[in-house]
Amino acid sequence: MPIRFRVNGRETTVEVQPNTPLLWVLRDVLDLKGTKFGCGIAQCGACTVHLNGAPARSCSTPVGSVEDGEVLTIEGLSPDGTHPLQEAWKELDVPQCGYCQAGQIMSAAALLQDNPRPTDEDIDAAMAGNLCRCGTYLRIRRAIHQASGTTAADVEDVEEAR
Amino acid sequence: MTPPTSGMTRRHFLRVSAITGGGLLIAAHLDASGLVALSDPGTPGSTVELNVFIRIDPDGSVTIQAKNPEIGQGVKTMLPMLIAEELDVSWEQVTVEQASFDPSAFQGQFAGGSNATPQNWLPMRQVGAAGRAMLVAAAARSWGVSAETCRTQAGVVHHDPSDRALPYGDLAGQAASMPAPELDEVPLKEPADFRIIGTTVKGVDNHAIVTGLPQYGIDFTLPGMLYAHFQKCPVFGGRVVDANLDEVRAMPGVRYAFVVEGGEALNGLLDGVAIVAESWWEARTARNALQVTWDEGDTASQSSEGFREASRELLGQPAERELRGDGDVEGALASAAAVVEADYEYPFLAHAPLEPQNCTAHFRNGHLEIWAPTQTPQNGANLVASTLDLDPDDITIHLFRIGGGFGRRLSNDYMVEAARIAVEIEEPVKLLWTREDDMRHDFYRPAGFHRMRGGVDSEGRLTAWHNHFVSFGSDGRFAPSAGVSPNEFPAGFVPNFRLESSLIPFGIPTGALRAPGSNGLAFVYQCFVDELAEAAGADPLQFRLDMLAHEGEDPGQDPVRARRVLERVAEVSGWHDQGLPEGTGKGLAFHFSHRGYFAEVVQVTVSRAGDLRIDRVWAVGDVGSQIINPGFAEHQSQGGVLEGLSQALAQEITIQEGRALQGNFHNFPLLRIQEAPPVEVHFVTTEHPPTGLGEPPLPPVIPALCNAIHAATGHRIRSLPISKHDLSWG
Repeated sequence: MPIRFRVNGRETTVEVQPNTPLLWVLRDVLDLKGTKFGCGIAQCGACTVHLNGAPARSCSTPVGSVEDGEVLTIEGLSPDGTHPLQEAWKELDVPQCGYCQAGQIMSAAALLQDNPRPTDEDIDAAMAGNLCRCGTYLRIRRAIHQASGTTAADVEDVEEAR
Repeated sequence: MTPPTSGMTRRHFLRVSAITGGGLLIAAHLDASGLVALSDPGTPGSTVELNVFIRIDPDGSVTIQAKNPEIGQGVKTMLPMLIAEELDVSWEQVTVEQASFDPSAFQGQFAGGSNATPQNWLPMRQVGAAGRAMLVAAAARSWGVSAETCRTQAGVVHHDPSDRALPYGDLAGQAASMPAPELDEVPLKEPADFRIIGTTVKGVDNHAIVTGLPQYGIDFTLPGMLYAHFQKCPVFGGRVVDANLDEVRAMPGVRYAFVVEGGEALNGLLDGVAIVAESWWEARTARNALQVTWDEGDTASQSSEGFREASRELLGQPAERELRGDGDVEGALASAAAVVEADYEYPFLAHAPLEPQNCTAHFRNGHLEIWAPTQTPQNGANLVASTLDLDPDDITIHLFRIGGGFGRRLSNDYMVEAARIAVEIEEPVKLLWTREDDMRHDFYRPAGFHRMRGGVDSEGRLTAWHNHFVSFGSDGRFAPSAGVSPNEFPAGFVPNFRLESSLIPFGIPTGALRAPGSNGLAFVYQCFVDELAEAAGADPLQFRLDMLAHEGEDPGQDPVRARRVLERVAEVSGWHDQGLPEGTGKGLAFHFSHRGYFAEVVQVTVSRAGDLRIDRVWAVGDVGSQIINPGFAEHQSQGGVLEGLSQALAQEITIQEGRALQGNFHNFPLLRIQEAPPVEVHFVTTEHPPTGLGEPPLPPVIPALCNAIHAATGHRIRSLPISKHDLSWG
């Protein structure tokens, strides 16, 4: 039974069991490897994509539920890697191992769509579902602030202390 | 390694040896033959290999091989920085490539023990300097001047007296025919002349990471590749008795299902059932239908609770072994003004790198090709060769950027499983574990139990220290990463000192987790030091400085360096500031491991109801004379600190009926962004060769956190994780 949806603006039809998680369709059928597998139970956020504009954990989203939907992955976030978040991530050298970062950026991009000038608390709430095993959270917070033209509270503190 | 032979007369073969702090013999190969073989020096416009690390294109762009596995420690950027510095090119000219595992070309291709910096600081710079010397020699010859009158800058050789200059790209072909210099004679830059080392260089893969380009082992594919699951016994080392393979084979997409007979060694190939399907999800679905009858073996009777009971029994008896004894501990305790006794313990921990274990393998015509995220490709090759009875020359291993290591990928169990499956089916196959596979088949940070006794005299000086450490192992030998060095601090700094051990035999696989040994010992020792300071009525900082006021016996532990990081962290954290609000407290700790000194202060606020908030962490490190990549050094240190907090707060692997209870992040929680406090990192530089940052920042933060909780609430944390304690007060 073919399942039709759009991925990064392109019409796509796949023939898989409808209960197959979207993650594995993206990675192994459509060869979009940027979306990562980390836990399989929506606990780590490495598989975050946008589904109809909202962040979704693709490891726990059956592809059958995506029928006629609009999926955006890290590969489609910008044509050339110049989304303000991608620029900020590079500029602040956020990645360590880098494995979680596509999911982090997709969650952050969804946040900025809804809330272009987030506070630390807004960021923490929006990013709480994305684990980083290397502990790059401090730079993730700074990078989101940089991309949105806001300032992190702890940066203000440190600068004040100095 | 292939030695030079008469058949390689055109190969110029150089080796350099350097004794590092660890006493290891390190060699870097400079093989100038590649350019002769691969490019004709007389042909302009060809790419030239100056040596196995350096390739120069006619347009002057430079490609540098990164030889070691990148696990997030920044080594893929850092090692090429060392080469580029001495080659004297600008970083903008440089492209970095991940080298494959090739012991004939590279040495020390592994990631572990914070070793990359101390082992490569000298040889990588020599490699770059040798390349530079050949380029200078080529320029000097073409100008008919002496090399000594030439200088280089940003990829150009200059001869100032005649105002001539040639870019490296124009010289590379001729440089290839120059004799390669002796590496230990090639001049190196003075640190004051560094242009790349000491500046923040951003990760070479950042663009690929933020745009989602495939670059991890899990992303690798081959044409016609199949996907495998491997189901092992939940009880470590259990054997397959029977499995419903026919039912599994009938599941959609399944191509193979078979029993693998493994061996006894928990770090080798174990018994299990392989399911190979056309997609990973189909293999996953088929696995749900798999039913295996297991012979669980003796380990099935083991549990964390049972280990705890065994430890109590052993602690009530004389210790099995004395590891070190100085002075007269019992006499000193008898005459002490105050004696403190306390039992400490910490649990098993999983590594849980975010990229699950995976390996792609293809066996054809007797040759096995492997694509693996591994920290130790040489060990992996050895394991695969010995298990599958293959010639190591018939195994090729390709390396990737790795989605986290933390010590988990020092073991190559997933590699030998993939290899075994590939040999069976002779088709390209990717083995990918689930998160549950990873968490339930780890090489765990071993739990540990410590009975501590200490005494202080009437002047508040530490006079006696006794630790009976109940750990795991058998026949007087500690299990992997379950040991303690007889020289572990405060050995040599307390006149009456005794370290003893008793061992619990067990069947649980253990291994190195970031800062192995130290991640448990620092918690126990630095918390107990705080208890002793309290008994002495002393400030925790001053008590530690007094302990370090004389020279220790262990040459690895330099009290001067330890004191300096303590003093500096007291300064930056405002340790002596008074007037913290009720429920807020600061804790301090220091630790020496993996050649690095770190002192850290944590400030916490605990509500009366016991809700813990970590306000801030200050970390001061001394890893020698040069911070190579300052921005990343800060970042890596913050990561180590946050990992330590993650371990301390809520992590525990519970063994029940011989298996790991926790299976995923819902019951083995990692720190999340809202829990991550600001972490201020400072470095003290000293006249010692630069050393690594993967491990040393982690250990002190755990006791500093526990000591801060005590300062805030009066509760002593003597067991981890902290989440098991009621922190309410008042």
